[in-house]
Amino acid sequence: MTDHAVDSSRLYDEFVKGIWKENPVFVQVLGMCPMLAVTNSAVNALAMGLATAFVLIGSSVLVSLFRRLIPRQVRISTYIIIIATFVTVADFTLEAVVPTVHRELGAFISLIVVNCLILGRQEAFASRNPIHVALADAVGMAIGFAFALFCLGATREILGSGSLFGVSLFGENFEPWVIMVLPPGGFLMLGFILLFFNWVQQRRTLRPSRVSPATREAA
Amino acid sequence: MTQPEPHLLLRAAPFLRRGLTTPGLMTEVILALVPVILAAVYFFGVSALLVLTATTLGAVATEWLLSPVRPRGVALRDGSAILTGLILGLCLPPGLALWMAFLGGVVAIGLGKLAFGGLGQNLFNPALVGRAFLQAAFPTALTTWVPEGTITEVLSVRSGTFAAPFMQSSVDAVSTATPLGVMKFENVATPVADLLLGNSAGSLGETCGVVIIVCGVFMAWRRLFDWRIPVAILASVAAFSAVVWVFDPQASPSPAFMLGSGGLLFGAVYMATDPVTSPIAPRGVWIFGIGVGALVVLIRLWGGLPEGVMYAILLMNAATPLIDRISQPRGFGRGRAAA
Repeated sequence: MTDHAVDSSRLYDEFVKGIWKENPVFVQVLGMCPMLAVTNSAVNALAMGLATAFVLIGSSVLVSLFRRLIPRQVRISTYIIIIATFVTVADFTLEAVVPTVHRELGAFISLIVVNCLILGRQEAFASRNPIHVALADAVGMAIGFAFALFCLGATREILGSGSLFGVSLFGENFEPWVIMVLPPGGFLMLGFILLFFNWVQQRRTLRPSRVSPATREAA
Repeated sequence: MTQPEPHLLLRAAPFLRRGLTTPGLMTEVILALVPVILAAVYFFGVSALLVLTATTLGAVATEWLLSPVRPRGVALRDGSAILTGLILGLCLPPGLALWMAFLGGVVAIGLGKLAFGGLGQNLFNPALVGRAFLQAAFPTALTTWVPEGTITEVLSVRSGTFAAPFMQSSVDAVSTATPLGVMKFENVATPVADLLLGNSAGSLGETCGVVIIVCGVFMAWRRLFDWRIPVAILASVAAFSAVVWVFDPQASPSPAFMLGSGGLLFGAVYMATDPVTSPIAPRGVWIFGIGVGALVVLIRLWGGLPEGVMYAILLMNAATPLIDRISQPRGFGRGRAAA
């Protein structure tokens, strides 16, 4: 009974940490290649987030399932093969379902294989934890990654094209910030978002008295 | 009881003081900018003042809001934010929308200065960072040049100035080409006299060569900057372009045209000389200046853009820490190994 309660609270912790406290982009600064390359529109960012989520969750479950069978010496190559399998599935699925998005994302779909976030979760977490914990961790990390991609993609699309999900926001006289859809815009915007995130974090740690007593007790 | 007159004053070095402080230096440079600003108003009317106000407001507001110096506003007292705003405004096109000019000021101080740690820490000239951002964000607006006017049109506002934030101006702009653009794409050189007197299109502060030269001489005389920097830049541009010109006088511009056109004079006098982003030792200063000059000639003659002063200075800004390292003078009494 108590064992079960402890277990579910741990599951919850593993799930939540990827979304905020150990967010793969804002805190761990992993997976920068897709983060900067394909976030020039919200749709592309979301598609990339979903594809990465599928690969991350799938391979985490599989790695966790086989964790006692995989020899230590060849574990990295084994993880890569597992990840590559899911990437291939995601690649073909996207090509069949949304060919336009697939064309825009181009090589970056295949490059999910080398996304250090995914390999990192296998090596650091999935290979050492039972399936349900690994699943909670992977889902949390995937949501955190997709959320970060979406933040960047949405801001870049709003400023760079004056639209969100292709819907025009400012009318036809909008002056697009060309730099935002170009690679430097990705770097700049990511910098600003990291700055904002760190600022929020800093305020939280600097002023613990702001947390209401009720929340502190609960924690 | 009378205090005995001290016969001996004990004091630590330095004994010779110039009394030049950061705010004092900034004030003098701003004073030296006034003639350039007046020339800009003469040729481009009220729009010039509006653009300058917008960039300065953007720069000052950002410094006030984001500078870590407390209490708030103390960082403004040295006047560097105002100077950055003015210099940025003077290298923008006259008909630029005010919201873009304001944004340029924000980026110049926020990204160009405060992100590096404030005054004295920045790697790149803040005003040029602001301009480079605007150039990359709004390439069309930054290359739309309104024709220069005379004193009779001083009250007319150039088209595009009052575009609503995030919007293009709905008025069709009367636009023309800068002397460098005409040279690059039509191979017609504007007479040098027009370049020096300001009878040409271009950024607010860059068209009137004579005023810039006079102000530059004044600043060199007051020792507000190292005279070697503009001299090295101008001499190397003249030398490199003369070499090309001698071999191909038909297709390439004359050295005099190269010196007088575009932002070269303004950049050499007001932007490359920023003491924070240029080398310290004389040998390094020469390397820096010649590097800027070579890059300007390279970009103007063989690059895709008509003008390259901004990128030339920014690139050499990036090289400045390295130049400083290799050009460090030998300490007195030390061997060659210490050089």
